[in-house]
Amino acid sequence: MSSLKLILRNALRHKLRTGLTVVGLIVAVLAFGLLQTVVDAWYAGANSAAPNRLVTRNAISLVFPMPLHYREKIRAVPGVRGVAPFNWFGGYYQDPKNFFAQFAVDPLPFLAMYPEYHVAEDELRAFLRDRKGAIIGRKLADRYGFKIGDTIPLQGTIYPGVWTFTVRAIYHGADAKTDDSQMLFHWDYLNETMKQRSPRRGDQVGIFMVQIADPQRSAETGLAIDALFRNSLAETLTETEKAFQLGFVAMTEAIVVAIRIVSFVVIFVILAVMANTMAMTARERMPEYATLKALGFGPGYVARLVFGESLAIALGGAGLGVALTFPVAAWFGAELGQFFPVFEVSAGTVALQVACALGVGVVAALLPGRNAARVRIVEGLRAIG
Amino acid sequence: MKPVPLAYSARNLWTRKLTTALTAGGMALVVFVFAAVLMLEAGLRQALVATGQYDNVVVTRRAAGNEVQSGIERSQAAIIESQPEIAIGAGGVREVSKEAVVLIAQPKRGTGVPTNITVRGVGAQGLALRPQVRVVSGRMFRPGSTEITVGRSIAERFDGVGPGERLRFGGREWTVVGIFDAGGSGFDSEIWGDGEQMMQSFRRQAFSSVIARLVDPAQFERLKERLEADPRMAVDVKRERVFYEEQSEMMANFIRILGLTLSVIFSIGAMIGAMITMYAAVSNRTGEIGALRALGFRRGSILVSFLAEALALAVLGWVAGLGLASLMQLVRISTMNWQSFSELAFAFALTPGIVAQSFAFAVTMGLAGGVLPAVHAARLKIVDALRAA
Repeated sequence: MSSLKLILRNALRHKLRTGLTVVGLIVAVLAFGLLQTVVDAWYAGANSAAPNRLVTRNAISLVFPMPLHYREKIRAVPGVRGVAPFNWFGGYYQDPKNFFAQFAVDPLPFLAMYPEYHVAEDELRAFLRDRKGAIIGRKLADRYGFKIGDTIPLQGTIYPGVWTFTVRAIYHGADAKTDDSQMLFHWDYLNETMKQRSPRRGDQVGIFMVQIADPQRSAETGLAIDALFRNSLAETLTETEKAFQLGFVAMTEAIVVAIRIVSFVVIFVILAVMANTMAMTARERMPEYATLKALGFGPGYVARLVFGESLAIALGGAGLGVALTFPVAAWFGAELGQFFPVFEVSAGTVALQVACALGVGVVAALLPGRNAARVRIVEGLRAIG
Repeated sequence: MKPVPLAYSARNLWTRKLTTALTAGGMALVVFVFAAVLMLEAGLRQALVATGQYDNVVVTRRAAGNEVQSGIERSQAAIIESQPEIAIGAGGVREVSKEAVVLIAQPKRGTGVPTNITVRGVGAQGLALRPQVRVVSGRMFRPGSTEITVGRSIAERFDGVGPGERLRFGGREWTVVGIFDAGGSGFDSEIWGDGEQMMQSFRRQAFSSVIARLVDPAQFERLKERLEADPRMAVDVKRERVFYEEQSEMMANFIRILGLTLSVIFSIGAMIGAMITMYAAVSNRTGEIGALRALGFRRGSILVSFLAEALALAVLGWVAGLGLASLMQLVRISTMNWQSFSELAFAFALTPGIVAQSFAFAVTMGLAGGVLPAVHAARLKIVDALRAA
């Protein structure tokens, strides 16, 4: 018990140095936590994917569409419960910087396979009645201050012209993992307008979202769908929603890898600072350690003092850093909502933060602890800081 | 005012080797991250800027943003082609290339992950408009055939695209007949073939973009005004260089914002490291400071001496960090460019600007970390300082 007190007293003896070290640790733990959260956000789409949803797309690549009549053929495949055409609209609101995801979907089958999108009954009915209506996510509504009844004009990039939509419903995500910064509108509205404006681009579907009865049989169902269209003008590729989302992540893998590397570099930076602090502290206290030994305390006790002090500082920094991570991540998520619809600090991230801080505390005390344990009483007493 | 000899600062650093190494090492890592981020951004910009020629214009559908999303009907392309500002080359042919740009998904070598590659169907003048493109192996595709030529980065990173191999897309087999090098530009990450053949196999009626060379680059504004006001089409007219710069904007901004945020956060850590070291240096040497003052050195000299020591630490860190970062020039990164939704390879590029910026950054860190301890040292009273020893 008294040794714990000694450790704490020791740690607080050089208030300035300890304070600076703790601030350094806080910054590092915070940066590490944010970077890990950025990596998590990258995988958010894949993590929120459900095993009973498949994605059918043109085998050449996503930019090639498929004809609408595929819908009936896919629906007839055994094990398929629902099919929803789904087109990426890719418009922007007022300025290209104001970008958010917009999808043209067949609302009833789509919402049936996305139970995590909660829409109030009356709002849903109003949306279904209005062909130019739109459902928007809560976060999106907050970002631009959209309310029910508002008109949103979007400049199309893939589909030329200015399109106007009326907000009829706002959906809420079932949990923090659900992306609630999207806008959904009627696929029929898109299709019929395109048929009028440029008939060749009518009845073309970007991807089909397919709901299946048995997630265990997703691979077979996918193969059965692809077999239907083999050797046709638009061959298909069907994969689980998760694989589809991971495909996007994989394409930007280099960035994810870079962020991961950098997040560990920050740990090394702080390790250097912390190790330096402990080295200096131990060097200055050599006479004290020698005195302790002269009083009969063993080398193990002296080493424990050094380790204890290092760990106490590391834990202090880690605790404050973790506590700060949440408000800073919330601010970060609000600022970068455009890039990362889902930005949540996970329990795994917090665990990693604490583990890294502890690791830094232990490693920083290794050399000084060993030196303190090995110091010969006479030399230690003679040493000057 | 007589300065304290620099050797005094240098020898102090040398005496505390571990502490010096740890502090400078921390700074070196920060400088490395700072420089690497700037190099990455510079590399991305260089690749995309090198893609565009100053006297070329790109015409795409209004607000399409990139070529893949764009569509220009044949009749519109013919109108664009006949504009008087467009140069006429050898044989009286207009220097215009009507291009069909699509994406195909191909598995990457090593990981097997399907990745989007840009496939560009170019017109007969397409090569003349891009003087930076030259064949390094095999030959260029023959117009009107199902031959394709692949960019150097694609040949390095994807399977099945070597000369003589066949690639299947758009319901046809395409024979790879050569590899071209486009000088590190975005074209290195593309596959080129004949425009009309591509239009047929992808069943397109509309081109993606029209590229043309101007007789005189100064006539750009006139052409832009006329075409953008033309009621027969809704198009954007851009200089090719500007067009590709915009393609890199989102990614470059992302790299810069993330990188600079990180650098600032890291630099706080490194500054604290420097501050701890310098404070310790001051408190360990209180007696020496008193002796120096007693010998006649002024407060200012003591201040400068300790600042010099902090700066020396920073410069050590800068040299090590930049040295590490310059090794990154050997690394080429390939990732998906969000704006074009396709594979793009680029290298880390070290520019003189980055060398200077990182030096300024390191010196700032050293000064910021050293100034408080140095002031502290300078303000010590001679008697107190001598007594402390």
